[in-house]
Amino acid sequence: MSATGQMSEYRRQEESITLSAVGDDTHDELLTLNFGPHHPATHGVLRLLVTLQGEVVRSIKPVIGYVHTGIEKTAEDKAYWKVIPVVERMDYLAYYFNAMAYVGAVEALLEVDVPKRARYLRVIHLELNRIASHLIWLGTSALDLGAVSIFLYCLRERELILDLFEMSSGQRMHTRYFQVGGVIEDIPVGFVQKAREFCKVMPERADQYRAILDANQLILQRLRGTCPLDAETLLGLGVTGPLLRAAGNPWDLRKAAPYSSYEDFDFKIPVGTVGDNYDRFAVRVAEIYESVKIVEQALEGLPEGPYITGDRKVALPPRHELATSMEALIHHFKLVTEGFRVPPGEVYNPIEGPRGELGCFVRSDGSAKPARVHMRDSSFVNLQALSKMAEGSYIADMIATLAMLDPILGGIDR
Amino acid sequence: MPDATGLELLASDLRKRDDIGAAAVLATLHFRGRGTLEVAPGVIRAALGALRARGYSFLASVHGVDYYPEEPRLGVHYELLDMSRVDRVTVKLRVSLDAPEVDSVTPDGQDGKGWPTAENQEREIYDMFGVIFRGHPDLRRILMPEDYEGHPQRRDFPVGGEPVIFTYNEAASEGVGTVSGGAPGEGAR
Repeated sequence: MSATGQMSEYRRQEESITLSAVGDDTHDELLTLNFGPHHPATHGVLRLLVTLQGEVVRSIKPVIGYVHTGIEKTAEDKAYWKVIPVVERMDYLAYYFNAMAYVGAVEALLEVDVPKRARYLRVIHLELNRIASHLIWLGTSALDLGAVSIFLYCLRERELILDLFEMSSGQRMHTRYFQVGGVIEDIPVGFVQKAREFCKVMPERADQYRAILDANQLILQRLRGTCPLDAETLLGLGVTGPLLRAAGNPWDLRKAAPYSSYEDFDFKIPVGTVGDNYDRFAVRVAEIYESVKIVEQALEGLPEGPYITGDRKVALPPRHELATSMEALIHHFKLVTEGFRVPPGEVYNPIEGPRGELGCFVRSDGSAKPARVHMRDSSFVNLQALSKMAEGSYIADMIATLAMLDPILGGIDR
Repeated sequence: MPDATGLELLASDLRKRDDIGAAAVLATLHFRGRGTLEVAPGVIRAALGALRARGYSFLASVHGVDYYPEEPRLGVHYELLDMSRVDRVTVKLRVSLDAPEVDSVTPDGQDGKGWPTAENQEREIYDMFGVIFRGHPDLRRILMPEDYEGHPQRRDFPVGGEPVIFTYNEAASEGVGTVSGGAPGEGAR
């Protein structure tokens, strides 16, 4: 056949093939991709409707509510002190913060004074919790970027923190340690020493994380210069916390409006410069060091004294008093059955959570149950910034951005 | 937090403005060191805009409250923050159940500035309390399923009592989910 010089049908088709792009219109075609709700990179049950043009993200619509459990509604049905374990389960990595925002609001309504030792104990647990939360963020985010081993190292250090929590309260998560007026129990013997050992070991380990990640070409290429957002846009979107600080705004409620004796401690607020994913990463890692410094100072300066308010209308009497004091028995009975009544009023109590401003709004109608508990969860508000950050970038950068956003779906859906 | 005097000054400033008026600032409340301004629902955009000009440029939180059995029942709270003076003020409004409508503060107004942070939070209030935000760019349910009926955070909304839609329950709750059966929700409890 070839001898005749005639071209076969197959050869003719083969000749017509060029290696140039087949028409430009296919690149303009939009593809809507359903991302989640069950996907390892969404950090929970989050669904994103992503519109893609080629590999470029054109729009992101988050769909949430998959783990909505009506915690705010449940809280209205419980006595004030029984609400604490419920609100702790909202943002499940920041349980001490949820409890702190809530008990702070109730304490403001009651005008209860919290003893100095209790405030210091709270600070110790809050900062340990912040480190634990950042460790989970670091491990899972690095996992999204393809670094697998760092996750195990982060969980190794988190174990040490959970061991401390178990020591002070008997629980590793959702500890119910903070009470209205103080903390449930003093720290046991050996806690301070163990916490000091942790404070010694943690900065070394954080150095190791940085040696693994901060010098890694792959990680740096994924993070540097991707998806930046300026501070003004972030403020308009209500974004606070490490994301805002990464953009150069040093707003931190621990410094700006100190609560729970934060004014006693010497620490720095890490800030970024351009607000890209690398800054978000670097700010959070730097915060681990600062939190360790706060814990060290709080352990050093831990004052003697009561760990919970002496107001028997609010706090349970010590166990040994029940056998000898009729009044203690009455107070105990009253608190356990009905709880305490709170003067009518409305209070919004903001604190600095690991993801930004965590505010708790409590309305009291004078009864023993709150008339409204609302948590202004930072993840819920911060999630709105995702589309502004990632639109116009590659889909791979969107994954990195979502990881650096650090959304906790338990807090978003409540 | 503004002190009691500062709060009154803030209120009198708002009353003097043409777009708000003396009658629209309903009350001031200084409670536990926190200042609250209650305004009429119609002027909420103007009031927040005026407060933004006074430095309260960060909208920290928007949330709903049900004041049942008081009237007007539904409330919306706006927590404003002045970051340079570290000062907070709450603006609240009340609407009745018959006409639960408020202007949305999310979209850009005449001054070219909106409060984009309110978008999801207003959706949550709509979802949970049934307050309708006029002019909201995308007012849909956010936490509850799209086909959900009712607004669960209202105080008269019962806890529980919803039918659980599993095939296992079908025999026990006769009629639920069938065409001939009663309204959805009947029978399962």
